[in-house]
Amino acid sequence: MRSFAAILRRDLMLAVRNQGEMLMVVGFFAIAATLFAFGVGPEANVQSRMSSGVVWTMALLAALLSLERMFALDFEDGTLDQLMLSGAEPAAVVLAKTLAHWLTTGVALLIAAPAVALSFQLPSQAYGALMLSLLLGTPTLSLLGAVGAALVLGSRRGGVLLSLLLLPLYSPVLIFGAAAVEGAILGIATTTPYAVLGGLLILALTLCPWAGAVALRHAVE
Amino acid sequence: MHKFANPTFFMKIANAVFPWAAGLSVLCFIVGLPIALVTSPPDYQQGETVRIMYVHVPAAWMGSMVYAVMAASSAVYLIWRHTVAHIIARASAPIGAMFTGLCLVTGMLWGEPMWGTWWVWDARLTSMLILFFLYLGYIALGDAFEDQERGDRAAALLALVGSVNLPIVHFSVEWWNTLHQSSILSMQGFSISTEMVVPLLLMVGAFQFYYVAVLVIRLRAELLAAKIRTARFNLAATG
Repeated sequence: MRSFAAILRRDLMLAVRNQGEMLMVVGFFAIAATLFAFGVGPEANVQSRMSSGVVWTMALLAALLSLERMFALDFEDGTLDQLMLSGAEPAAVVLAKTLAHWLTTGVALLIAAPAVALSFQLPSQAYGALMLSLLLGTPTLSLLGAVGAALVLGSRRGGVLLSLLLLPLYSPVLIFGAAAVEGAILGIATTTPYAVLGGLLILALTLCPWAGAVALRHAVE
Repeated sequence: MHKFANPTFFMKIANAVFPWAAGLSVLCFIVGLPIALVTSPPDYQQGETVRIMYVHVPAAWMGSMVYAVMAASSAVYLIWRHTVAHIIARASAPIGAMFTGLCLVTGMLWGEPMWGTWWVWDARLTSMLILFFLYLGYIALGDAFEDQERGDRAAALLALVGSVNLPIVHFSVEWWNTLHQSSILSMQGFSISTEMVVPLLLMVGAFQFYYVAVLVIRLRAELLAAKIRTARFNLAATG
């Protein structure tokens, strides 16, 4: 538990001292959405129709962008070896790193999402659904991402590989996340997407730290 | 089960199975293909295009079954470190990817005359597409490391993560699909007569035995490659 708090504090401090990382994620989110707007054209009703999907997809891609660095820096300079030798529970290491990733990129995306949604003419009744679905969905993305990031440690072409591994695994989160917002837009909101997103989060919370720990142990062996 | 972990013993069994699997596969193809493609009755709604089913359906089943084999072998490899189990998983991956690809291509060819379009985001097609990507990820991850064993373990873990995720993906896609699409394109109410079941089962048998036969060929190649690696290593160490 103490090592969990120590790793979390260290990673958060690193993120605060080096804000480029967080800004890059938000920047990518905004630029990708802008490119999407260029792609589909300026018609407000077309954009409004697509807004739930665009905001969710771009947030997912932005979260993916920062994942590669979750363990890579510590792996390169040997910190990860020390962590694994320190007697700290490897699953706790994974969980602390994941929480730090979510607190930096996930929360940054949550703050940026309404602005992106606004530019895409998301109807006003859907903002609550957007925030709630992102709040339930992005931790799952970070948890699955931690397993992927641990798996590709030390590989050639890690970044491209990571997206190939993770995008299929991300599809359920995207489906239910976008569906929650879509439901709110159409005024047919049900609790089903939120229930499933919550269920996915609990499932990922119980399985991913262990899978990530196994992958980390393989990586430093 | 641990008896089979010995590669020499395992290959003895595999080599004994090979002629039977290869022979039965050829036999099923010879008997099944003419019935499926010529003498079986056309469907009253779909006409002659229904014959695509005799390739499409077995390919879809094999795509899922080979992934199950891959995940089970990967679990055995991660738990007991039996190299043979991993070699089975790695040798199965390209075959499974091929079956899944065949299922997708035949699905598109079938979709064009039936639904008037090459691709629809039908729940089953989409699930198969995700399965195909999982196969590609598995193959790419296994080849991405300088250290072969590191790649083996990472790929094995990915196969397990994927096997937990696949049912969730399937359920999500089905739910997503019913939300977004009308049911005109669904294949519900597609009951099947005995004249069609017989060639279908023959084709399923042909595909199954084909898989076993090709798997043995690939296992031989993998074990020979491992032998060459060891020989090279020893040569470098002594020479």
